[in-house]
Amino acid sequence: MRVELRDIHKHFGPVKANDGISLRVEPGTIHALLGENGAGKSTLMKVLSGYLQPDRGTILLDGKPVAIRSPAEGIAHGVGMLHQDPLDFPALSVLDNFVLGSPGPLFLDRRRARRELERLCAALDFRLEPEAPVSSLSIGERQQLEIVRLLWLGAQVLILDEPTTAISAQQKAKLFAALRALAGQGKTIVFVSHKLQEVEELCGPVTVLARGRVAGEVEMPCSPERLVRLMFGQAIATGKRAPVPPGEPVLELERLTVSDWRLEVRDLSLTVRAGEVIGLAGLEGSGQRLLLQACAGLLRPTSGRVRLAGRDLTGRPYRHFLEAGVAYMPGGRLGEGLIPGLTIAEHVALSERSRSFLVDWRAAARSAAERIRHYQIRGEPATPVEALSGGNQQRTLLGLLPPSLRLLLLEHPTRGLDLESTEAIWSLLDERTRRGTAILFASADLDELLDRSDRILVFFGGRVVEMDARTTTVEQLGERIGGRGFD
Amino acid sequence: MEATRRRAIRDGLLQSAGILVALALSAVVLLGMGVSPWEAAARLVGGAFSSPGDIASVLRTWAPVLLCSAGLLLTFSAGMWNIGIEGQVVMGAVCTTGALRLLQGVLPPWAALLLSALAGLVGGALWGALAGALRLYGNVNEIFGGLGLNFIANGLTVYLVLGPWGRPGSASTSGTEPFPRALWLPAFPGFDVSPYEVALGLLAIAAVAIVLRGTYFGLRLKAIGQSLRAAFLLGVPTASHLMAAFFFCGACGGLAGWVLVVGASTRHQLYPLISGGYGFLGVLVVMLANRRAGWVLPISFFFAAIAMGSVGLDSSLAGVIQGLLVLGVLFSQGLQRRYLPREEGS
Repeated sequence: MRVELRDIHKHFGPVKANDGISLRVEPGTIHALLGENGAGKSTLMKVLSGYLQPDRGTILLDGKPVAIRSPAEGIAHGVGMLHQDPLDFPALSVLDNFVLGSPGPLFLDRRRARRELERLCAALDFRLEPEAPVSSLSIGERQQLEIVRLLWLGAQVLILDEPTTAISAQQKAKLFAALRALAGQGKTIVFVSHKLQEVEELCGPVTVLARGRVAGEVEMPCSPERLVRLMFGQAIATGKRAPVPPGEPVLELERLTVSDWRLEVRDLSLTVRAGEVIGLAGLEGSGQRLLLQACAGLLRPTSGRVRLAGRDLTGRPYRHFLEAGVAYMPGGRLGEGLIPGLTIAEHVALSERSRSFLVDWRAAARSAAERIRHYQIRGEPATPVEALSGGNQQRTLLGLLPPSLRLLLLEHPTRGLDLESTEAIWSLLDERTRRGTAILFASADLDELLDRSDRILVFFGGRVVEMDARTTTVEQLGERIGGRGFD
Repeated sequence: MEATRRRAIRDGLLQSAGILVALALSAVVLLGMGVSPWEAAARLVGGAFSSPGDIASVLRTWAPVLLCSAGLLLTFSAGMWNIGIEGQVVMGAVCTTGALRLLQGVLPPWAALLLSALAGLVGGALWGALAGALRLYGNVNEIFGGLGLNFIANGLTVYLVLGPWGRPGSASTSGTEPFPRALWLPAFPGFDVSPYEVALGLLAIAAVAIVLRGTYFGLRLKAIGQSLRAAFLLGVPTASHLMAAFFFCGACGGLAGWVLVVGASTRHQLYPLISGGYGFLGVLVVMLANRRAGWVLPISFFFAAIAMGSVGLDSSLAGVIQGLLVLGVLFSQGLQRRYLPREEGS
């Protein structure tokens, strides 16, 4: 089935996730959709599969314009999508998950479904036990289940959104073999990824997206340098940051291992000195958040030590980290950083961690007004934080930090902000580093990483390499983020 | 500032619109039953306010609802659905009865009453804290934990009434031996409500209003209710505050249980299902008031009046009207959330 997207627009508030994207995918090919985080890949594919409705634009399947209003309609048209996180029902069995969503008659013909499941698995060399509970399956096996389920429902077009994030090397090889076999049968495969090596290995045509638009279309093989330039733009690193003479060690990590249900950062040792700025690069979910949360005391490391200003705080509660002068500014400004429904003044009162019983609202309003002036927040003490723009929310978050800090941990401090707000945020942060605060920040913006950091840690699937921000080029950093040099 | 005020006015209007729609629906139901809505309204008001006795009974119903609502304002602010309030009322009544059984004849009546109030308060508070602990440390959703604890509290009442505290010779589920008049809260002659019970309810609401508006404790509860994660990251001790919210809510429920045992015109005994749905009524009141203490007063009074006024009416009607009102207002709140998202900054 030939897929054509024409002039797809999709906005989320002020963010143009898809800004006039046109794309053509031929049957029998594995077509790569490449781009950094936030380039618009997932949005575009959700539009194609019916999870999102475009604001504007046309979808044509085999030349016929179609409207796909829901995932069920997508499947009815033959378009099926595999999500980054499997959307299955862990408590049910493999077979139950397999038949879920089948439009068949009221009563299931389980025996026939079971035969179909076994036939499809055999054809693709998948090994799934029909009666096993899905909760006992690995992520890779759950993916396999989802693929055979979509095929059984009649999918002619298979969309895979970052399918290799959490699966083992063997499972990856099996997945790629299956995709090649399916393409050989004439199915249309769209492979969404940010990993250059996988695209090189698997795909023919490549469409590169950047900032919601098509940045280029190439046919593999093609040099990785060219792909990186298409993905990240032409910007040239200048190393604008005036280095702060580093002082005493503030943060010492010793063979730190942290993990969550899908990822592990293993054996990381790191010393950060006062005034130093460390950029954490890598695609979202490669381990940067794990490191930040471990440094903030929000995630207990599996092994290793965390020392702050010489004091061992491994395994201590978050409270002790706060008292030791650590602050963590999460990526979700509203709901994680700021509390929707409360005003700036209420936030100021909360952040003071006062021991008295009654709130002195007049003092809180005064203090809020002062911070509003100093941090140039466009708002008033009585403004609810959700009424602030993104840049003003970020400045409010900065304004709530205690005056003296040893270590500041930031997730995407300038994501979604315009140039002016970005500059303002960084001048406030630089002021802190001059007073001896060390900063660790995660960012997806290569220029920001190169311009603002002294050192950069690149994360790839939980593994970490260190780069010197002053001697690294955008191309080198981009390739590292894409996984070069990690094997 | 201006935007905030506009939003408050808009929300108030929508809320009132929901009430009007619900009243219109109630009228339709009444018409369908062949009853004139005007006549029904007149009977309702008449039933609630035609004699001093009626007014007294409205006030008597109002007091426990006020107490439960006061407590629930705290847990609702913290984002917790303390459905276990009914059990907390029951445990308050159980502890009150236990204390009175021990103290009657030993201490002067006023001292026995005072200490039994303390016992009821502590009983309810601990039962509330148990729901909170299940939520915090056992990872049991407070709604299900609360329901379970309600069943246990009621089971315990039946056991006590039939067993150890049963009436000598003829233990039955009708209740324990009623307490003598000396252990009743004093009422006005000819106006069968005690100033103490109503005052206690009003005092509780006032105290909670002050706590929510003017103290760090109240501010932190609100922060937790809006976003537990963000509040925690800001350094709010979330666990202790949530426990405190459940504890104080249970304390208010326990006091309501005390009122239901010693009030001016109650049965003055412990009997199964003594909480009588006042706790659930409190949940509805606080939900309708959208967690604002000021709104709790009129809304709870209105419900008390409907409950009493409908005694002269077909009593099933009161339930229908209450239900329609609640659903109407909740529906309008739902529409608000769906179609009028909070304005985001540019």
